[in-house]
Amino acid sequence: MITTQNLTKKFDQITAVENLSLEIPEGEVFGFLGPNGAGKTTTVRMLTSLISPTQGSASVNGFQIGEQDIDIRRSVGLLTETPGLSDNLSAERNLEIYASLYEVGDIKGQVEKYLRFLGVWDRRMDVAATFSKGMKQKLAIARALLHEPRTLFLDEPTAGLDPEASRLVREFILEIKQQGRTIFICTHNLDEADRLCDRIGVFKTRLLVVDSPITLRRQVFGRKVVFHLVQADQALVDKITAHPHVSEANLIDHKIVVTIDDPEAHNPELIRILVREGADIQFIGELRRSLEDVYLQLVKNA
Amino acid sequence: MNKINTIIHKEWSEVFKNRMVLFTTAFLPLLLTAIPLGIIYATSSSGDFSGISGDMPSEFNAFCPENFSGGDCFQVFIVSQFMIMFMIIPLAIPAAISSYSIVGEKVNRSLEPLLATPITTTELLIGKSLSAIIPALIATWLGFAIFVIGSWIMITNPVVIGNFLDGRWLIAIFIIGPLMALSAVSFSIIISSRVNDPRVAEQVSMIIILPVLAAFFGQMAGIIILNVTFMVTSAIVLALVDAILVYLSIRLFQRETIITRWK
Ligand SMILES: Nc1ncnc2c1ncn2[C@@H]1O[C@H](COP(=O)(O)OP(=O)(O)OP(=O)(O)O)[C@@H](O)[C@H]1O
Ligand SMILES: [Mg+2]
Repeated sequence: MITTQNLTKKFDQITAVENLSLEIPEGEVFGFLGPNGAGKTTTVRMLTSLISPTQGSASVNGFQIGEQDIDIRRSVGLLTETPGLSDNLSAERNLEIYASLYEVGDIKGQVEKYLRFLGVWDRRMDVAATFSKGMKQKLAIARALLHEPRTLFLDEPTAGLDPEASRLVREFILEIKQQGRTIFICTHNLDEADRLCDRIGVFKTRLLVVDSPITLRRQVFGRKVVFHLVQADQALVDKITAHPHVSEANLIDHKIVVTIDDPEAHNPELIRILVREGADIQFIGELRRSLEDVYLQLVKNA
Repeated sequence: MNKINTIIHKEWSEVFKNRMVLFTTAFLPLLLTAIPLGIIYATSSSGDFSGISGDMPSEFNAFCPENFSGGDCFQVFIVSQFMIMFMIIPLAIPAAISSYSIVGEKVNRSLEPLLATPITTTELLIGKSLSAIIPALIATWLGFAIFVIGSWIMITNPVVIGNFLDGRWLIAIFIIGPLMALSAVSFSIIISSRVNDPRVAEQVSMIIILPVLAAFFGQMAGIIILNVTFMVTSAIVLALVDAILVYLSIRLFQRETIITRWK
């Protein structure tokens, strides 16, 4: 559970985060999407009590930042932009140190649990430097989970990883997601946000929009339906455009691309019109915009 | 307390994997203990040095009690020169350890996850400082103990031994030593906040041994006489310097400062 009100952070001249107001319920996986320098890391640092806001307030797991900082740090886990492991210590030792700093009661037990969860129990004595990038990242996420935090902050969990390592980490996050924790993920990777997150906030110093990935696509572009016809002409397009729920229709080769609200309700009507006009319909499909289009559109306008 | 302990052990398991740190903590004290012992051995076994006193600087008279023979006095002088060098130990060891422990953390980028745990910056600072000061004091005191025992065995004149064990050296080892270690740690924390290479941090932090070298050459040139007054004055000055350095390092060692200003 994360709540922020007008959260603002200024560094000398630069405003990194401006008037961020958010509400993330318990158990949600929230994607924080924004270009380089958008202020994602700065936001995470404020929410994990590492730096203090210039203005505004926030609470994490019911604790107020700036007032109950130790409680916040006890109840959240943080994966920083770089894994930040002690390279010349073993995987086990890395986790043990953090378990102790996080005041974990059963250090051995928790460390073993997560080493097994990672599938590296057999390699626990190996120094972190010998681990692959993806494994290091998983180890760093596990390190943030040792104290079973209710809220987990992941700052670009797959940045700089190859596709295989990225998948490794993504699957790991999906497993953690099953445990019902609130997860706040900063990312540039739209595909990843699409797959992992319940809701996405697009952010560039200010919050531009927050919604589920599906709704976001619709909101920004409306919904588009494509009619593949054997033969099509402008007269057909004009007939379609005349429909009150159609905002736009375009002819592309033998396809008519229609922007329409509530296609489930109005498509049958359009099909009847086309058939009546003598068109031969081959396929009908919804044109799915990628989240990337949505994102680029939003950030461009910001 | 528990977290400080965790930090101390974390630092030790990391920092002693480094050859430079190992060299400084193990080899330097060994060398600086062995040399004065070697000199004592050489000067006590090779007979009479009484003729030598004529060549000694006149300050020597202040240096040695009147009942000392020339040889005894020479021994005391040489050993006290090396005792000054010995004081490099409580400076060099903390500077090496804390340079590697703090800049190493910067290189690994592990300060941010560390600061995200429920540790206070005071606990972290104390843990890091103690992890550097404790080995320094162990090495200093152990080295001094070996030196005392060694000279006990080799020197027959109890007055000479008493001279090594008098107030000056006890002040040096048990008061100035710990104060030096604290100043070296605080100084290298300040340096480490600005530097991204542990070797550079260590080299720059080693500036702190310059006053010891100054005392070494000062005594050799007869400018400085290491008497109790000098030692007490040094201790007081050092305590003031420590207060300033500790104050500065605490100011630098704040969460937000470390995250946003340390480069
Ligand atoms: N310590 C600092 N001092 C001054 N300015 C800073 C500091 N940290 C961040 N900024 C500025 O604040 C803005 C936001 O930075 P932040 O690191 O939060 O962005 P980000 O969204 O995490 O970017 P990226 O995707 O590159 O990680 C940037 O303009 C950055 O230059
Ligand atoms: Mg960032």
